[in-house]
Amino acid sequence: MLSSDALTLTKAPTARRPFADVLQEWLTTVDHKRLGLLYIAYGLFFLVVGGVEATVMRIQLVRAHNDFVSPQAFNQMFTMHGTTMIFFVAMPLVFGFANYLVPLMIGARDMAFPRLNAFSFWMTAFGGLFLYFSFVGGYGLYGMGTAPDAGWFAYAPLTAKTFSPGQSIDYWAIALLISGFGSIGTAINIIATVFCMRCPGMTLGKMPLLAWLSLTMAVLVILAVSPLTAAQIMLVLDRFLGAHFFDTQAGGSAVVWMHFFWVFGHPEVYVLVIPAFAIASEVIPVFSRKAIFGYPVMVAATVAIAFISMSVWAHHMFTVGMTSTANNFFVLTTMAIAVPTGIKIFNWLATMWGGKIQFKAPMLFCTAFLFQFLIAGLTGVMNASAPFTWHLANSYFVVAHFHYVILGAIIFCIFAGIYYWFPKASGRMYSEKLARWHFWLFLIGFHLTFDFMHIPGLLGMPRRIYTYEPGRGWDVWNLIVTVGVFFQAAGILFFVANLIWSYLRGRSAGRDPWDAWTLEWSTTSPPPEYNFASLPSVKSRRPLWDLKHPEDPDWQYE
Amino acid sequence: MSSLIIGVLAGPVPLSPTQIFAPASTPARSIFELSILVLLISAAIFVVVFGLLAYAALKFRRRKSDDGREPPQIYGSLQIELAWTITPVIIVLVLFLATARVVYAVQDHPRPRNALEVTAIGHQFWWEYRYAGTNVVTANELHIPVSEAASPRPTYLKLLSADTDHSFWVPRLGGKTDLIPNFPNETWFDPQETGLFLGQCAQYCGTQHAKMLLRVYVHTREEFERWLAEQSKPAAAADEVAQGRRIFERTSCINCHTVAGTPANGRFGPDLTHLMSRDTIGAGILPNTPENLSRWIRDPAVFKPGSLMPAMGMSDAELEAVTAYMASLR
Repeated sequence: MLSSDALTLTKAPTARRPFADVLQEWLTTVDHKRLGLLYIAYGLFFLVVGGVEATVMRIQLVRAHNDFVSPQAFNQMFTMHGTTMIFFVAMPLVFGFANYLVPLMIGARDMAFPRLNAFSFWMTAFGGLFLYFSFVGGYGLYGMGTAPDAGWFAYAPLTAKTFSPGQSIDYWAIALLISGFGSIGTAINIIATVFCMRCPGMTLGKMPLLAWLSLTMAVLVILAVSPLTAAQIMLVLDRFLGAHFFDTQAGGSAVVWMHFFWVFGHPEVYVLVIPAFAIASEVIPVFSRKAIFGYPVMVAATVAIAFISMSVWAHHMFTVGMTSTANNFFVLTTMAIAVPTGIKIFNWLATMWGGKIQFKAPMLFCTAFLFQFLIAGLTGVMNASAPFTWHLANSYFVVAHFHYVILGAIIFCIFAGIYYWFPKASGRMYSEKLARWHFWLFLIGFHLTFDFMHIPGLLGMPRRIYTYEPGRGWDVWNLIVTVGVFFQAAGILFFVANLIWSYLRGRSAGRDPWDAWTLEWSTTSPPPEYNFASLPSVKSRRPLWDLKHPEDPDWQYE
Repeated sequence: MSSLIIGVLAGPVPLSPTQIFAPASTPARSIFELSILVLLISAAIFVVVFGLLAYAALKFRRRKSDDGREPPQIYGSLQIELAWTITPVIIVLVLFLATARVVYAVQDHPRPRNALEVTAIGHQFWWEYRYAGTNVVTANELHIPVSEAASPRPTYLKLLSADTDHSFWVPRLGGKTDLIPNFPNETWFDPQETGLFLGQCAQYCGTQHAKMLLRVYVHTREEFERWLAEQSKPAAAADEVAQGRRIFERTSCINCHTVAGTPANGRFGPDLTHLMSRDTIGAGILPNTPENLSRWIRDPAVFKPGSLMPAMGMSDAELEAVTAYMASLR
């Protein structure tokens, strides 16, 4: 049981200190909570940057033969947008949540390796800054600099010196190389923390789902980011030392790059979506007032997804000219992943079933996530059907599909998570009213943009084109898609305003505003540096439920 | 059923000339029938699960009159978990078998001996076509015969790339296949109606990927043979344009372009032997008129910034003469 010391032994906040002191404290911190918040702040900053890049592209595509930006600038925009959103938005955000929450949820005082944690964050941060320096490098004073323009999956041989002279691809490859080291460091840290730092009584089977899913994510990061790092090293060798891994003019192979990239690229989707599942698995039970339905099955399904996701990568390559048997293998594995994913959706549904659902902001975002993830999964099954994908690959249908996953599922859950844990991290409640404005504007914008984006794909519009011909029936859909962007941007304004206003003026949240059940809600908001004055010990998956319902504790049933 | 859907989608006012739901050849039709099956199954799953989610969200929301007690805690049920594991497994197996059948049928289709063979080579940012067994070389506009059910004659494309990756996608004829350097690929289609079929490059290949359009002309058998005979003749040689021809052959034009039967034998740019037999220039982006030709030669970057053809820097008189020569290449 929790010692009452853990609840009281925290100091009152001290008086204002000089800015330089505060800055130094944040820059040199090894505290998992501060690093978690740094990750999240970093990710949100780049979310806005990547959003601006998307907006530029959507303005350019609002009508046929538009000339808002040059083709070169457009190509740099989609390359930077994709790279930013995956490596410098989604990855830092999910790492931020794991960093902040895993030690708190398993009753630990910090991550296993606090210094490695700081090192990893700063590697990721420098990777992003290095990538963005490309905008001012080269002819940056009167143009877009040497920002890379080969697409976020940078297919060979477009990345060879012959086709991309100058430094643009070097910025891209080295930035991802650097941030890749950071990702692997964090992954090792999460694994070690989960295995070695759990509080007394917390067996693996009693961990909150978020800890389980963060563990799975971390294993996938090691398996997926390593081949990417290897590929970047080969690319850098090609470009600086004249190696010929991917140099087709000297007998290198473009297809090898594709395999390397996607053996990273597809598990990466699950690296990002499993933490989103993790947030949903914490939020949905609390706001439905019920224990998660089928905890062991949820864990098994997650591990199954991670396992299968290592064998599906070549469904990104159905048009590359693999043999029919190879194509069919990847059809089967890709479709198989729908089974554990479906199980997860049904378990969340069963958790809500018979509950008393409170639609506060976190639950609103999670509910939207369930609907949107359903659609993303179904369009995923369509993409898994190789012949269908001979049409859909590289079309706007695919672009709509993966934005449904990354925005409609992952970012919606990230928003849910931010609202859910904002009171814990800041000690203050957010404004429910502003959060609702954020939710509805973003929801409308999301659906205007990404529902209608499927259609031009079915009508033959390929991705990565800076302009298109009139008379293809694409114009009206592109107009609607662009309009949606402005609703999303307005939603983001409410979100940012809410964070700032609530941080400065929000009412005090107390330790446990949601009447929740996991350990982070047992300590103060914000938690002290050492998290728990004395380490808690637990007997079930919901230690605070046991505390609040001594007559009917969970450990009687688990 | 599928023909009904084609009727609705392709109907009197077609949604788009590049849509995937109006197949005009066998591979495109096989894919279309499979995609309708996949769409129907997906729609059924969507309706059921969406309905359950919406019902749960509405039915189990907390009421105003709530008594504040926690609802009954339910931790799971093995039977229910098994039910929603086995049902998706069955659906996945059905979808997989349906998919595998089409993959084999399209990819491993036996090639008939009379098939037309064309080598398609992707370039930044245009298409080259070389007709096997003839000396015919053309650019950007592929001409092929119709393949009637009574006497089928499919077209097989050998897909190569001269530089970066490209992808050949004419949705009404079939799915896309990539053109990858050092990695020859193949695709085929057997259009059952004549006409013009559109598409464009579907793999990002560089600055002007967007303006690398595909045009496939499907002719009756006789028309096609006539076209092929015309294209295999050497270039027209009219005396009126001798000056333009001289300028063409003494500038860097011939480093990249071929005009059969003349010293011009470059391979980087499109073959110009029968330039005026084409409807468009610049890989499908401009109507092929003498005015457009002249503007294009003056500075291709006006239409296609990033195009590998440089501005030729000719005087007005030279430009006029070269344009006249180009316009004589029928």
